[in-house]
Amino acid sequence: MIEKKKGDINQRSKLDLDQKKIESARKLANKIALKTQNVIEQYTTTSIERSVCRLLGIDGVDNYNVPLPNLVVDQVQRANKLEKGVALFIGNAMLSEQDSPQRIAGSISRGEIDITSLNFNDIDSIKRILINKSKERLNLIEKKSSQRQELLKKYGEKSGPYIYVIVATGNIYEDITQAKAAARQGADIIAVIRSTAQSLLDYVPYGATTEGFGGTFATQENFRLMRNALDEVSEELGRYIRLTNYCSGLCMPEIATMGALERLDVMLNDALYGILFRDINMKRTLIDQYFSRMINAYAGVIINTGEDNYLTTADAYENAHTVLASQFINEQFAFLTGLKEEQMGLGHAYEMDPSIENGFLYELAQAQMSREIFPKAPLKYMPPTKFKTGNIFKAHIQDALFNMITIITDQKIHLLGMLTEAIHTPFLSDRALSIENAKYIFRNLKNLGDEISFKKNGIIQKRAKEVLDKAYKLLEEVYSLGLFDTIERGIFAGISRNINGGKGIEGVIKKDVSYYNPFIDLMQKKLFRGDK
Amino acid sequence: MTQNLKPQDREDPEKKLDLTKLKPYGDSMNDGKVQVSFTLPVKISLKAIEAAKYLAVKMGLRDPLVAHSQDLDNGFSFFIIYGELKHNIDYTNINVSAIDLEIMSLKEINNFIKKKFKRKLIVIGASTGTDAHTVGIDAIMNIKGYAGHYGLEGYEMIKAYNLGAQVSNEEFVKKAIEENADILLVSQTVTEKNIHVQNLTHLVDLLEAENIREGIILICGGARISNNLAKELGFDAGFGSGTSPEMVATFFVKEMDRRLNS
Repeated sequence: MIEKKKGDINQRSKLDLDQKKIESARKLANKIALKTQNVIEQYTTTSIERSVCRLLGIDGVDNYNVPLPNLVVDQVQRANKLEKGVALFIGNAMLSEQDSPQRIAGSISRGEIDITSLNFNDIDSIKRILINKSKERLNLIEKKSSQRQELLKKYGEKSGPYIYVIVATGNIYEDITQAKAAARQGADIIAVIRSTAQSLLDYVPYGATTEGFGGTFATQENFRLMRNALDEVSEELGRYIRLTNYCSGLCMPEIATMGALERLDVMLNDALYGILFRDINMKRTLIDQYFSRMINAYAGVIINTGEDNYLTTADAYENAHTVLASQFINEQFAFLTGLKEEQMGLGHAYEMDPSIENGFLYELAQAQMSREIFPKAPLKYMPPTKFKTGNIFKAHIQDALFNMITIITDQKIHLLGMLTEAIHTPFLSDRALSIENAKYIFRNLKNLGDEISFKKNGIIQKRAKEVLDKAYKLLEEVYSLGLFDTIERGIFAGISRNINGGKGIEGVIKKDVSYYNPFIDLMQKKLFRGDK
Repeated sequence: MTQNLKPQDREDPEKKLDLTKLKPYGDSMNDGKVQVSFTLPVKISLKAIEAAKYLAVKMGLRDPLVAHSQDLDNGFSFFIIYGELKHNIDYTNINVSAIDLEIMSLKEINNFIKKKFKRKLIVIGASTGTDAHTVGIDAIMNIKGYAGHYGLEGYEMIKAYNLGAQVSNEEFVKKAIEENADILLVSQTVTEKNIHVQNLTHLVDLLEAENIREGIILICGGARISNNLAKELGFDAGFGSGTSPEMVATFFVKEMDRRLNS
């Protein structure tokens, strides 16, 4: 078999894109991100503080099923002291009580201790004990990350697209059956869809769960169970099967923490998605996004961003440039947290109206454009959904066209389309037929992309140029307005959100000068300087 | 049609269309040909294929042909079967309360509203419950509409609010009260385990609990919705797939007129 020469695709532009324009677009996006970052760094959130608790080893629930991280943070917030960060109070209690964070949290849950009213020890000793504990805990995450590397080395990394399928039974044990079947049929990534609206819960449920609507709750125990099951099936198949879950929503950094501890491989992580489609307050979720992406970066997790969703509400032909502009911005936000390009699964989608003449050419142009502009990113490419109907036979062909674009333009994370998309969550057979479709096309068209070039100034080149030009103009507009204003004006996805509206704003807290979060320093040190 | 029939067919009463004994059509009248596909939770084997065939017979298929069978996973097998359905149905005896209205155009609907109600009608739509799909509600409400038909947002005399997908019934009812809605549209595209039925009933319960059910025209739509089902669940009408914004709008303006002026 002829091996694909990746370099060819990455180094030469088939679209004859204006490289200077791409460069300036990046610079603009960088300025947009920095401007927003200045605001982000002034705040913490209740969910970031709960993640600090989890990172320090606090887990479990009280008799009323309230997670201990929530109880600890609530206690500090009630004393109006969260502006200092929860870590200082936990560190202080560790010194005074000579006890572990978990046991201290247990005492809080039983009403035996108020960590905000203890006498304060010497600040240097508090920080020292916190740093030691944090290093010990971060080592656990690093171990998980090297475990992934070892397994990838053992089984070998797959070339070509990763076939990504979802399971969504609501019951983790049923999900496991389906996930294993999907892996055996050829899936490379299993995504466990969350129960509806979990993104709006301001706490993370606990333990193994068997009842969810339209999906299964993201809990640390469910993560662990699924990872174990996929490790088993990886061993059986001699292929590393990746696991995906979603951390967008009100608990973004907490779920990122759980994912890091349980070796998830891919996590959906996108503030804009939460703002636009879940009406989560924009400040809250952008602040959460910063810390959660840092955790993702540290754990070697690939993030997926949600630009593709814009096209489910706005028109895919007319608004393609909003996707590109958002990808530029998301890339810069990701860089600021220390994420590498290889971890940026920037999103886009095949969602044009099938009745458009030459629609396939436009989709091809856009997919190739994303590939060339973000050459190292494992792009996340979403299948047609909006124009799927109950005609499963047509839907199967829509997916075939989508599969062709993926293999021609070398997309990486290929969300598999289902012929029954518009009818129900996939049956076992739906998934098998769809995987068969994708594998057939990927095999038959494997090197087509290397063989073709596009006509100079033809439909495809012109389309890509047009989208890049429009994206550049939009970035200029976003830069002059600022990201917050842009969202208020409904420029993305045609949905407008107010800066002080939406869910979760009560959890946004301005940091005091004494604010302390040991993990930010420790993780940054490694991510930006390569120190241990 | 008749000139295409072979001479022997012309005399065979079995080969004639008889609406009292309607059957599926493959490539000749009354051949009853159908296709079914399903998965069995057993490993593929000759025995499994035989089991699939027996099931097809139990479904009422004569001479079932297992056209395709394949292994899906350890312990699951998939079948595509063709056969002749032995059942028929009396078409002349079927009653559906399809909404049988003369569909008005966008312009006619706007004029109708101006003339009869002298104000804009307030329509709120959403895909409620767990359903994340907006395709149905967008087709009816978004200005872009569907297949060249403008959605309700494009109607001068309609104030349309499209709340999008995964809207809880509680949120939906709250918005209905806030905006003093005349018409509520609920879309259910993808559902599992018949959850849409529960969800739709729950909405009716909520509206009744808030005492606003009477004053509202309540309509649902979606691939699995029929007018019969909608009425059974306590809605005023239900629309299936292929519905245009004009069909829905014609229904609600006429219904509103009937309520106010008769």
